Amino acid sequence: MPTLSMLLVVSAALFCIGLLAALSRRHAIFILIGIEMMLAAANLNFIAFWRFAPQPAPPTGVMVAIFAIAIAAAEAAVGLAMVIAVYRHFRTTNVDQLDQLKG
Amino acid sequence: MSTVAFAGIAILTLAAALAAATLQKLMHAALSFAVMFVGISAFFFFLGAEFVGLVQIFVYIGAVAVLIVFTILLTRHDVGKVRGFNWSGVFVAVAVFGGLVWTISKTKSLSIVPQQIKPVTVQRIGELLMTNYVWPLQCVGVLLTAALIGALILVMEEKS
Amino acid sequence: MADSFDQIFIRAKQWLLSPISCRAPDWLIQVASSLLNIAALLGVFLTLFALISVLERKILGRMQNRYGPNRVGPFGLFQPVADGIKMLIKEDIVPARADKIVHFLAPVLIAATAILALGVIPYGRNMTPFIIDGGILFFFAVGSTTELAVFMAGWGSNNKFSMLGAMRAIAQMISYELPLIITVLPVVMIVGSLNPDKIVGAQSTYSLGFVPHWFVFTPWGATAFILFFVSGLVESNRTPFDVPEGESEIVAGHMTEYSGFKYATFFMAEYIGMFAISGLGVTLFLGGWHAPVHFLEFIPSYAWFFVKLSILLFIYIWLRGTLPRTRVDQIMNFAWKFMLPMAFTCVIAAAVWHYTGRGLRGWLWSLGVIAVVYVTLSILLDTRRKFAPRTYRFAE
Repeated sequence: MPTLSMLLVVSAALFCIGLLAALSRRHAIFILIGIEMMLAAANLNFIAFWRFAPQPAPPTGVMVAIFAIAIAAAEAAVGLAMVIAVYRHFRTTNVDQLDQLKG
Repeated sequence: MSTVAFAGIAILTLAAALAAATLQKLMHAALSFAVMFVGISAFFFFLGAEFVGLVQIFVYIGAVAVLIVFTILLTRHDVGKVRGFNWSGVFVAVAVFGGLVWTISKTKSLSIVPQQIKPVTVQRIGELLMTNYVWPLQCVGVLLTAALIGALILVMEEKS
Repeated sequence: MADSFDQIFIRAKQWLLSPISCRAPDWLIQVASSLLNIAALLGVFLTLFALISVLERKILGRMQNRYGPNRVGPFGLFQPVADGIKMLIKEDIVPARADKIVHFLAPVLIAATAILALGVIPYGRNMTPFIIDGGILFFFAVGSTTELAVFMAGWGSNNKFSMLGAMRAIAQMISYELPLIITVLPVVMIVGSLNPDKIVGAQSTYSLGFVPHWFVFTPWGATAFILFFVSGLVESNRTPFDVPEGESEIVAGHMTEYSGFKYATFFMAEYIGMFAISGLGVTLFLGGWHAPVHFLEFIPSYAWFFVKLSILLFIYIWLRGTLPRTRVDQIMNFAWKFMLPMAFTCVIAAAVWHYTGRGLRGWLWSLGVIAVVYVTLSILLDTRRKFAPRTYRFAE
């Protein structure tokens, strides 16, 4: 069985790949993908800390992960709806070109 | 045995994540994103949280990935035009990763192996959701309803 | 004696595993056992697929006053072999401007998920291939991946008809996934478990020795079963809900650009999906592998499962021979205006049944709840008043 620090390194890598996607891509959908990745990395940490806690431990990490998944789903739905609304209005999904406050 | 499995899952997840973040074609990136979530659920199964793994597949591949590909379909006249890559993001990401790894390696209490646990059953999760976590559950229900309505209003045709 | 017939496959598996079971490490035995399960699953269901594909054509033929295939082998039973050889030697065409990787992966994914879903269904006493605590959730989690595969087929082909077919397929699959899952909820609520074995176990007793306690014999169970069956028809894209591949409108939907073996894979996945959803219906509502009357329990359990499965499959074929194709908007309206409220009513009726004592009183109360909602919905959705000269919204 691997140690906790190995798991944490994997989730840190996942988080940073998500950060990379959110920071450096210009397409709005990529930014959403990056945010989802970061949330998934956080979930992985919750589950890992729960699994490596001294036993018997209450399944708090599991519960938090379930709620986080539900909230991430809501976030994705609203985010994608916003991408579609922005595309309809400005005819672009490039976030660098969305620099007008006037609609 | 379990270390091999761990390495396999980690490579699959990270490779898919990297593909999702860097591939030029949006559709391929979205599909790699789905593969990445299969890897994450495999991690959850590996760590003994079967239920969360199943929920993850159900929500992310069944719903979020389909939503993303639909959005790509609806905004596809733009696909291929939005290029360009912000290299400063790479430096930030690498710096954050370096910092995190340095912190993890310096923390001595993290190099532990897990103890044997009883798998957390669906029944236990259900009981907890209906007792200790009933208020968060209600809040999530309200949040999801609000998100549903909000998303619908956002994508409604603008009256001209 | 009866018991040895019942457990014959379990014994066979133990016998096959015995050479390695004393020496090899645990994980190797586990892998070998899983591989045997997978081999058995594939063997049984691919044979069933071959058999059903020819039987469907024969039954449809009889319903339409013709013979159906009867040239190859006795009664035309070797027709699937001929079909398979034909499919294999056909040219595999990939459109020049297709997204080659996605185009290739779509049939692989759709077949893999269809077969995975079969893994959690209890086929007989001690005969669940993979025991997962959240088995029902696994079934739906895997099933929901099909939508992505269909989309990949539509997008990867780079063809209008493919994309339209995929859009139709995904729209109706998402709409009917809600009633499908919500009709499963009452059963899960009453049993208190997501484990298919426990759900079958909860239906194992009999009143007076001949009335089985299957959930289909309660008002909420019967309603939920009908809703489940209709949703299953839609999920497996069968007539009368086969608009995604309606050949008179959009060639073959998302399968338009597939040929040869890839097309055969899609075809197989559709049938295996149909077996999986029927198998789940048998498990949830029709008592799984239990006999309908107590004194027939001596017949092996898997035989009962497959008898029930074949009856459901026959109904699928019967409906295909009987009903015309519905329109897209009719399908969607039906899902959101009728199926979804009725599915929620089933949940409430099951709760009423539980809290009024699960006896005759509960039976009548839950019947009352369902009847009230059904009548209200039928009054609200009544369209008889709107008879007028026919207008064409979708054609000019």
